[in-house]
Amino acid sequence: MADVLLEVEGLTKRFGGVVAADDISLTLSAGELHAIIGPNGAGKSTLIGQLSGEVTPDSGCIRFDGREITNLPVYRRSQLGLARSFQVTTLFSDFTALDNVALSVQAHGGHSFRFWRNARREAELREPAEAALAQVGLAQRAATLVADLSHGERRQLEIAMALAAQPRMLLLDEPMAGMGPEESARLVAKLRDLKGAITVILIEHDIDAVFALADRISVLVYGRIIASGDPGTIRADAGVRQAYLGEGATDD
Amino acid sequence: MSPVAKGLSKAASEGAAITPRVALNIAVTATFALVPIYAAFSGDAFALTLFTRIVILAIAALSLNLIMGFGGMVSFGHAAYLGIGGYAVGILAKEGIGSGFVQWPVAVASAALYALVVGALSLRTRGVYFIMITLAFAQMIYYVAIGLDRYGGDDGLTIYHRSRFGTLIDLSNRTEFYYLCLALLLVSVYVVWRIVNSRFGMVIQGARSNERRMRAIGFPTFRYRLACFVIAGAMCGLAGALLANHTDFVSPAMMHWTRSGDLIVMVVLGGMQTMFGPLIGALTFLVLEEGLSRLTEFSNLIIGPFLLVVAISMRGGIDGLIGGVRRG
Repeated sequence: MADVLLEVEGLTKRFGGVVAADDISLTLSAGELHAIIGPNGAGKSTLIGQLSGEVTPDSGCIRFDGREITNLPVYRRSQLGLARSFQVTTLFSDFTALDNVALSVQAHGGHSFRFWRNARREAELREPAEAALAQVGLAQRAATLVADLSHGERRQLEIAMALAAQPRMLLLDEPMAGMGPEESARLVAKLRDLKGAITVILIEHDIDAVFALADRISVLVYGRIIASGDPGTIRADAGVRQAYLGEGATDD
Repeated sequence: MSPVAKGLSKAASEGAAITPRVALNIAVTATFALVPIYAAFSGDAFALTLFTRIVILAIAALSLNLIMGFGGMVSFGHAAYLGIGGYAVGILAKEGIGSGFVQWPVAVASAALYALVVGALSLRTRGVYFIMITLAFAQMIYYVAIGLDRYGGDDGLTIYHRSRFGTLIDLSNRTEFYYLCLALLLVSVYVVWRIVNSRFGMVIQGARSNERRMRAIGFPTFRYRLACFVIAGAMCGLAGALLANHTDFVSPAMMHWTRSGDLIVMVVLGGMQTMFGPLIGALTFLVLEEGLSRLTEFSNLIIGPFLLVVAISMRGGIDGLIGGVRRG
């Protein structure tokens, strides 16, 4: 087994009486693609929030690359190489696609207390940004304002921004939500390319995509991981079938 | 070529022709440049007084546009910086320090320091709360000025000598003073233009658009917004020093909250997130105010609805009306 990149231990978060995360423990090896599935309201987004730093856990601890990050602010985690995409697309809508990705590059190129040079003419920002756009197939749309991009294109742009940050780990929160079948297929192919190079936590409702991509799958129900294992194990797990796949089986 | 002319010609070459926006900017700049000549030939000394005020308040509006337009930080206490800059000049003059080389840096530094304190507290909040905190601080400074008995309190403080700059420039020569103000305005436009398009400016605009996302991609947004807030405060402090020299007088009234409102109106009227919008806004607002107040004592009855129409129908202000609304 490769080196452990992410270690989560006993993560617990309550919102009033609702337990959104109930003693969650999780270990990810470097290069692993780990999918997290579960019914709506199971606490998947809360888990992503805690990993990225937007939600503070009540107890438990998160270690990234051997370093405790439980109390680090969002931007510090991002600088350490923990990038996330958002479930609801949250881009900079009055910027062009290229500007969006260039910002992501800029975030990881030292501080930005540079007041004078025109950032839109800096090759060290523009070139990696153009490369990331090309990677997701958006090269032709570089100069288009985000407001004028289609929903699917915005989802692709989300991925490009995450990639441009050259993260060590990617938290993908329902990246395929609202995508057409063609765009979904392209994204699945893209994620397959990335496998091994970047460690990924994938939250996704598209069960076919999950089983096609994941090295391991954890099933989250009511804030608790009820099963964790390779796709074959999860498919065969009686508890999972009852709690989750049973409901979703009609979709297949 | 002057920086601004270079900027204009670059904008022109990018648009392949003189766009309506560029034409408007040139017209505004030319109008400003020609006012003293007009005043000299027509003998209309008041025109020079009015336009000096317009140019100075345009600097203040420009600084507000930097944080409000580009940074999304709606400061409702911007007149406080005018007051602080003005009082720095007034107080030093009264205490016998007449050199502009001391007065002006103190004015700028005091305004920047005040911005640092206000920003450090207010930038932790959002929306209405941010507006209320900036307003509360400005009100505090306003009442502090009223309490300064030694410096005139409520009645204000007369400045008997304008800032002295040796033989370099004589501020009591109204034409020289006007051109100094205009030069500082154009330099400020250029500085804002550079800042907005720099890496720093990208962070500021990104944080306006989506601060949560900015943090997620790795930007500690607070310190950048605070730095921007301080830059704007310093720039407005300079405008305050100019204003004190222009009126030879400072009083708490220059910090009244309605003055802060006027500055917001100028920015919105001219066009937020544009380089010349604050200039156009200051020009339109003050000329309108002056002209209407000569016609009727109910000038606000006309200005109010006019602003309402602008706010509702013209997204992008006058700049947007003539140059077309641009996004980005």
